[in-house]
Amino acid sequence: MKKFFGIFLTAVMLVAVLSACGGKNDGNSGGQASGSPAAGGDSGAKKKFAIIYKNTGNPYGEKEMEGYKNAIEELGYEAILKAPDQPTAEAQITMIDELISQKVNALAIVGNDPDALQPALEKAMNAGIKVLSLDSAVNAESRMLHINQADPERIGRTLVQGIVEMIGGSGEIAILSATSQATNQNLWIDWMKKELEDPKYADVKLVKVAYGDDLRDKSVSETEALLKSYPNLKGIISPTTVGVAAAGKVLTDKGLKGKVQLTGLGLPSEMAEYIQSGICQWMYLWNPLDVGYLSGYAADALVNGTITGAVGDKFTAGKLGEKEIIADGDGTQVMLGDPFKFDASNIAEWKDVY
Amino acid sequence: MEQRLIANKKELTLKGFFLQWEWLLVLLLIGVFVMNSNLSEYFLDSANLRDATMGFLDKAFIVLPMVFIILLGDIDISVASIVALSSVIMADLYNHGVPMELAVIICLAIGTICGWVNGLLIVKYKELSAVIVTLATMIIYRGIAYILLEDQASGKFPSWFKFLGWGYVGGIPFILIAFVFFAVVFWILLHKTTFGRMVYAMGNNATAARFSGIQVDKIKIIVFTLAGLMSAITALFLTSRMGSTRPNIAMGYELEVIAMVVLGGVSTAGGKGRMIGAILAVFLIGFLRYGLGLVNVSAQMLLIIMGVLLIVSVAIPQLKQRFAYARRK
Repeated sequence: MKKFFGIFLTAVMLVAVLSACGGKNDGNSGGQASGSPAAGGDSGAKKKFAIIYKNTGNPYGEKEMEGYKNAIEELGYEAILKAPDQPTAEAQITMIDELISQKVNALAIVGNDPDALQPALEKAMNAGIKVLSLDSAVNAESRMLHINQADPERIGRTLVQGIVEMIGGSGEIAILSATSQATNQNLWIDWMKKELEDPKYADVKLVKVAYGDDLRDKSVSETEALLKSYPNLKGIISPTTVGVAAAGKVLTDKGLKGKVQLTGLGLPSEMAEYIQSGICQWMYLWNPLDVGYLSGYAADALVNGTITGAVGDKFTAGKLGEKEIIADGDGTQVMLGDPFKFDASNIAEWKDVY
Repeated sequence: MEQRLIANKKELTLKGFFLQWEWLLVLLLIGVFVMNSNLSEYFLDSANLRDATMGFLDKAFIVLPMVFIILLGDIDISVASIVALSSVIMADLYNHGVPMELAVIICLAIGTICGWVNGLLIVKYKELSAVIVTLATMIIYRGIAYILLEDQASGKFPSWFKFLGWGYVGGIPFILIAFVFFAVVFWILLHKTTFGRMVYAMGNNATAARFSGIQVDKIKIIVFTLAGLMSAITALFLTSRMGSTRPNIAMGYELEVIAMVVLGGVSTAGGKGRMIGAILAVFLIGFLRYGLGLVNVSAQMLLIIMGVLLIVSVAIPQLKQRFAYARRK
C-alpha cells in the first residue's frame, strides 16, 4: 500500500509538471502573438527588429513602440517589442541578452542609463546586431546611431520660456523629471538651467529638481512633496508625460488652478482634461509614433547597409521622407523635428490621435 | 508546540529518496528545459545557456546565506540595500582616487559590517523580530547610499573590473565558476560541519538549542554577517555587469532571493530544507525567466508566472502533509 502510494504521488507530480508545461505553452503563444503579430511558423527566414522601452505601463512608450512596429511591418519584417516592469538598467541588460540569443538583426533601445548598458550593447554589436537608441540616448560607444525627437536645446529653452510667461515673470519654479539617470530629461534640464542663467530671469528661482521615476504614484507623491516643501511655488515644469499628467492630477485635486502653473511634455490624450480645465495652459510634445516609426526605418537602413551611422549618411524614412545623419557630441543622430505646442485651441483634435 | 525530531541520519528508502522535494525541483527543471526548447529554437544552444547564467547568477550569491537565515526561522530583507550601499561606496571611493583593488576590498568589508550590524541588533534586542530590524536597516542602508550619490550614477571602472561579470575562464563564465565555488563552500558549511547542525537545531527549537549549550547568539550573528558578505559579493558582480552604479540598484532583489530559497524547499518556519534545493531553485527560476524572455513574454506576465510558481511551491508541501495525515487516520 505504502509503495503504491509513493508511486502514485510521483506519477501525480509528473503529470502536474507536464500539464503545467502544456498550460504555459498555450499562454505563451498568446503572449508572443500580442508582442509580435508577424511571427508565424517561418521565424527563421524573416529579419527581426527589436525595440526595448524603459518600462511597461507608459502610454508614451507604447506609442513609440507602436510606431516602430508600424515601420517594421510596412517593410515586411518581424518586430519584437519588449519593456521591463521596472525602469532599471539591470532589467534592460537581461532583455538585451535575450535578444542577442534570439539573433535579432537590429536592436533599438530607449535607455534607462547612458553608461550602464554599454557592456551589454557592445556585446550585441560584436554579435553583429545593429544597435541604435531613440528618445533617451545611450552613450556614443554603445550605439551606432541615435534618433532624437527634437532639438534638446529648443525643448529646454521653450519650456522655461513657457512657464515664465505663465507665472508672470517672477517666482519659484520646480522641475518634476523622470529617473535621475534618464539621458533625455537630464539634457533638457541642463538646457533649462542654461536658459535660466539669462539675466532677464533674475526673479525666477529654480528651487528643486524632483524625480518621479516615470512611475505614476511616485510622481504624485513627489509633486505633493514639492507643494509642501515650497509653499510659494508658482510653477512646475515636467518634461515627461507621466510626470506632467501626475502633476496635473495633484493640482486639480488640491484646487490649485491659477496658483501653481504647469507645463511640460505631455500626451494630448492624457492632458486634454487639464488643458481644457486651465490647470495646464499649454504644453509641448512631438509625435511619439513618429519617433518610433523613424527608428524603425533607421534600423532597417543600418541592417541593409544603406547607412553606417556616419555623419552625412542619408536614408528615406517611409512617409517621413528623407533624413540626414548629423553629429551629436561624440556620436551621431537623426532629428525628427520641432516640438509641437498644444493648447486649448487645438487639444480637442489631437487628444484622439495619441 | 509540534514535536520534531532531528534524526542523525535519515532512513534511506528508495521511495523516500525519490519523494524528496529536491527531486520535484529536478523534475520541474527538466520540465522547464523541455518547455523552453519547444518554445524557442534558441534555448538549447550551449553558448546561449552559458551566457544566460551570467544574467541571473548575480543575486544567487545571496541565496546561499539566506538559506541559513531562513533555516533559523528568521528573514533578512536588507540584503538588496547592502548590495546598493557597498556598490555605491566602492564606486565613490574609486572615483575619489582610491585604487580599484582597495575599493573592492572595502566593498566586501562594508557588506560584512552591514550584515554584522543586522545580526548584532537582532541578538541584542530580542523583542524585535528580524523582519523589523532588517526592515529598518534596509531603509537606512539605502538611505546612506542615496546621501552619498544622491540621484547620480558613478562608474568608469578600470577595464579589468568588467571581467567579473562578463569574462570567461576556459569558455565558462567566471560568475558561474564563482557561484559553484561558493555553493560548495556553503553546502559543506551547512551539511558537513557542526556549525550547520547547530543552525538546524536552532531552527527547530532555539530554546532547546540554547539549553544544549549552543551559543545561539554567536551563530545568529555569524549567519547574518555571512549574508552581508555575500551581498557585497553580489554587489561586485552586479556593478561589473552594469559598468556603473546608482543608489537604486538591486531593487527588489531581497524578494527574489527569498522566493528562490522558499521555492528550494526551505521552510519559513525554520529548521527544514537543504542547500541543494535552493541551488536548484536558482537555476529553475533563472532558466524559466530566460526561456520566457526568449519568446518575449511581457514583463507583467512574467511576474504573474513567478508568483504562481511560488504559491504552488509553498502549497505542495502543505498538501502533501495533509495528504499523509489523512492517510494515517
